[in-house]
Amino acid sequence: MADVTLPAAGLRRRPATLAGVWAYARSHVWFLIACAVALAYVLAAAFAPWVAPHAPTDQDMMNFMSPPAWGPHLLGTDSFGQDLLSRTIYGARYALAIGLGAVAIGAFGGLVIGMAAGLSGGAVEWALMRFVDALLALPSLIMAIAFISILGQGVDKVVLAVGVALIGPFSRTVRGDVLQVKAQAFVEAAGLMGVKRLMVVWRHVLPNVIFPLAVQATIRVSYAILVSSGLSFLGIGVTPPTPDWGLMIAEGRSFVSFAPWIAGVPGAALAILLIALSVVGDGVREQFDPKLKKEA
Amino acid sequence: MSATSTDIFRLLDVEKTYDIGRASASLFGAGKRRKLAALDGVRLTVKPGESLALVGESGSGKTTLLRVLLGLTAPTDGRALFREKEIAELKGDDRDRFARDVALIYQDARGSLNPRMTVLDLVAEPLDHHGLCPRAERRDRVAALLQRVGLPAEMMGRYTSALSGGQVRRVAIARALASNPSVLVADEAVSGLDVSTQAQLLKLLRDLQRDMGVSLVFITHDLGVAAYLCERIAVMYLGRIVETGATREVLTAPAHPYTRALLNASPKFFAPIAEPLPGEIPSPIDLPKGCRFAGRCVEARDDCRLTDPALRADGARAFACLHPLDRPRALG
Repeated sequence: MADVTLPAAGLRRRPATLAGVWAYARSHVWFLIACAVALAYVLAAAFAPWVAPHAPTDQDMMNFMSPPAWGPHLLGTDSFGQDLLSRTIYGARYALAIGLGAVAIGAFGGLVIGMAAGLSGGAVEWALMRFVDALLALPSLIMAIAFISILGQGVDKVVLAVGVALIGPFSRTVRGDVLQVKAQAFVEAAGLMGVKRLMVVWRHVLPNVIFPLAVQATIRVSYAILVSSGLSFLGIGVTPPTPDWGLMIAEGRSFVSFAPWIAGVPGAALAILLIALSVVGDGVREQFDPKLKKEA
Repeated sequence: MSATSTDIFRLLDVEKTYDIGRASASLFGAGKRRKLAALDGVRLTVKPGESLALVGESGSGKTTLLRVLLGLTAPTDGRALFREKEIAELKGDDRDRFARDVALIYQDARGSLNPRMTVLDLVAEPLDHHGLCPRAERRDRVAALLQRVGLPAEMMGRYTSALSGGQVRRVAIARALASNPSVLVADEAVSGLDVSTQAQLLKLLRDLQRDMGVSLVFITHDLGVAAYLCERIAVMYLGRIVETGATREVLTAPAHPYTRALLNASPKFFAPIAEPLPGEIPSPIDLPKGCRFAGRCVEARDDCRLTDPALRADGARAFACLHPLDRPRALG
């Protein structure tokens, strides 16, 4: 009877369409701006060799620690005379690759564990969820540090460590969604029709779980980037001279009182990307997540 | 209650009790095991082409009865037969035939349709699943079904979130008709809609039932809806059928005081509600002896509290009451 009292179609759960995203973007300026910023980062990362004025590890010994100014080094140079703009642009590659890769691992792991737990019930569910509780007991950063200490350093290791640290929260939400979908009348209806259990899962449960998961994934990309930068900042993630933002901030830390741009430029790049991704994620969620736009 | 093999559904003294654990246990010894009798000796037949209304208050066992009919719940005692076979034990081809032959229209039509499937896929799902239609004819079949329920074919590409409450119910009906069933089971299929939409849907269901020869089991608490749609009615109270017969006869001359009370409690134009039924339906746990309606019955006498009346047949009608009401146009 929920459908009867609904005042407006906009309150109903709606499936994703590109037209829907566009309609939302047009009425939400900040969402549009954030999308543009995120897209700019992606393009800069993809075409870094063409966009960046210098190679990320080129050292200009005549101009080290020069402040941002019009000239060959628009955003200044660091203590090695490396061009900060170029390093920041190349750094976007690492940030986005690590963020997306880690979220992909976390979302996939969470999907498998959450589906298994939500569908099985009983002892299997209990065991899986206690495992997830154990994963959640430690903050992601601490957990990533633990994994790095086992796996060793390097970009691929950071992706894996952060990804595994994200499996816990993803499993939780997937399981919750599975339980919610399983209780829906259309699942029972399919069973009544004689549809096999596996087919019900494939056709009715999975599509209704994947979408909220994708929405959550967009939000967690920024978190994954933040954690990976944190690892680099602590000196246990990516190794120098990789132009990673966390690493660059750590290098610039000692000069912050007289050359604040060395830490400031990558810091600002990181902050702007995270804010843009958060706004994009919130917009996507607001538009499509059935939990926010719930039928009354 | 003649038992012919043409009956689609036949329920023989179906009982369904739920074990609800023990009563509050004291320090010394556990409490008595308590049972909730959701259905208590229901006898019912559904014949081909027949329309039957199940009416009663909330908690009368209508929904449990529906779940038994659909094989979602197995009765704890008695037999529930679909074409002379136990519903809960259907297997293989029989189960497939049952799934094709019995279609349910949910009370929550929107919830019964996957929000991530288009109308085309929703209506075609039974066709695809039972392999009833070649791929090439799929769209045409769906268009024909949509037309049958009064929806334009252009709706095929839409999602249910873009449809109104009335349209969603039409889609649910089209989907139910897709496998060409011989029984439609509808659970409060028109409740909560505005009156004009309700009237359109009732007319649609009635036309479908009359034209296609489909049997209809319609669960409702609205006597007006029951009277419009169904030739037969079964009034339920606390897990039992207390009165059954032709809808017109039962509603014009009720034999059971409960049926009369339901009639009196439904609002009429320009008249105060005569006698609201006192109290609520009692708890089906630990039922009192005697007639289960005695506590609320204005006609109750001493023996009503001692003897539990069985369903007695009187011509085409049957009722479970020791002191049936005088019926000016009674058959017997």
